[in-house]
Amino acid sequence: MSAEISDGVRFQAASDQSLLVYFGEQITLESHYRVRDLAQLLKLEPISGVRNLQPAYHSLLLNFDITKLTHIKLERILRGYLHRVSISTLEPGRMKQIPTCYGGEFGPDLDEVARLHGLTPAQAIELHASVTYIVFFLGFVPGFAYLGKLPDALATPRLATPRRSTPAGSVGIAENQTGVYPFSTPGGWRLIGRTAVKMFRPDRPEMSFLAIGDQVRFTPISASQFVVLENA
Amino acid sequence: MRTIRVQSPGLSTTVQDLGREGFGPIGVSPSGAADPIALRLGNRLVLNAENAAGLEMTLVGGTFSFPEGAVLALTGSDFGATLDGSSLDMWTAVDVQLGQTLRLGPTRSGARCYLCIHGGIAVPPFLGSASTQVLSGLGGFEGRSLRKGDVLKIGPKTQSFRARAIAPQVSKQLSRRENLRVTPGPQADWFPESSLRIFYGENYRISEQSNRMGVRLEGAAISQDHDKRMITEGVSLGAVQVPPQGAPIILFVEQQTTGGYPKVANVISADLHRIGQLRPRDEIRFSEVTIETARSLLIEQEQLLSSKEIIVE
Repeated sequence: MSAEISDGVRFQAASDQSLLVYFGEQITLESHYRVRDLAQLLKLEPISGVRNLQPAYHSLLLNFDITKLTHIKLERILRGYLHRVSISTLEPGRMKQIPTCYGGEFGPDLDEVARLHGLTPAQAIELHASVTYIVFFLGFVPGFAYLGKLPDALATPRLATPRRSTPAGSVGIAENQTGVYPFSTPGGWRLIGRTAVKMFRPDRPEMSFLAIGDQVRFTPISASQFVVLENA
Repeated sequence: MRTIRVQSPGLSTTVQDLGREGFGPIGVSPSGAADPIALRLGNRLVLNAENAAGLEMTLVGGTFSFPEGAVLALTGSDFGATLDGSSLDMWTAVDVQLGQTLRLGPTRSGARCYLCIHGGIAVPPFLGSASTQVLSGLGGFEGRSLRKGDVLKIGPKTQSFRARAIAPQVSKQLSRRENLRVTPGPQADWFPESSLRIFYGENYRISEQSNRMGVRLEGAAISQDHDKRMITEGVSLGAVQVPPQGAPIILFVEQQTTGGYPKVANVISADLHRIGQLRPRDEIRFSEVTIETARSLLIEQEQLLSSKEIIVE
């Protein structure tokens, strides 16, 4: 199926059983709101045969049952949804705090990040904690929230060689993004701190600490406060 | 309550059903059996629902005993199974007597063998599925691969044993794996013609680094247009992503749900089960089909799987 462009919306087959909807070609708040709007409408009014949704910065991936739907049919239904998207109401994002112990063994890359930007570690911490971030989407592993936008003065490329294991709760940065590793997994983001907040709790009704659209602030805490929170 | 006792776990043995779909918004991939067709057919042999949980063994199987007896079937690849020392047929329902010991060894064919058992393996569901997701330690039996000494519960018995087997021509047809058919990936046009010729013309070897998250390929590198900058987006099961070094990775059942590398192709739905049987050092080739062809191949495959003739009583 060929890609089509109209109203900045582009449909692209990703596989024989999935369709990507792109909103524009870059990361903007507007594209984020459009992704959330469509995802929200699909949650309220599911399309029969659609099995999974994956929101991202400027795109929404839909996985569907190809014995029930075709790409062309799904695109036609989605165009109808998109015409109505302006009347859907987004729930306002919740405000979430992530107490974070920066630097030292918890943030082994903090000094290097600060040095690359001509900052002291304390300035880098202040900058990271000065912004209210938005959860653009969750991806990679359960409960991993992509938070933006990290101030340009801290934007740093990924590590050339990813770590084989990144401890759960590690706060990392990559380009203009920041995020918290919910599990001990391999990871290429630069680690500047750690939180005791459990980002994914399978024993709770709401498993993920963060949801798409939430607003997030990091608050610096000391190592002793971290220990108290971790044992709480 | 009937049980399975794990005397030795094998290389990597996990509880799997057909996975959990629909949790992309919280970053949870579907997981599930790497060769879902083998699991479905095994479950049909032992009179279970197709989605019942079984054991997925990888490359080397384990040793199991059944203190209260069990009806079971082995499907997928041939791991040289014996029951109390006598060799055991694949793709066949077996009535195991109390106290008998099932022993499996290294594979003689593909990567995975399934042990399906009447009643299914009973574990607390995570997001509606018994599947283990090893990376995040969720689902399955304590979120991990089995260990020596584990005791697994078997679900209730609902029917009595019937001698059943899968028609040999069907299991043979489903066991092919050297060719993976693909449709173009969402960034296929980021790759110059010369790269696509390499991708569709060369053999690729399965790397030792492969697992349920991704199958890493070794072979001719594929270069891409470096002016394009990828924005992280949702990725499909079977996507063939190409990192800058040019060695492709097929995203598999425990895949990351989003990714930032361009995707040159995507394995078609009808061939996804073949990925689950690829062993390290196996060689594969990719061939391109249209989405329409991919859809008819899946529909044909489902018709074959649902036909009564594939089970011989």
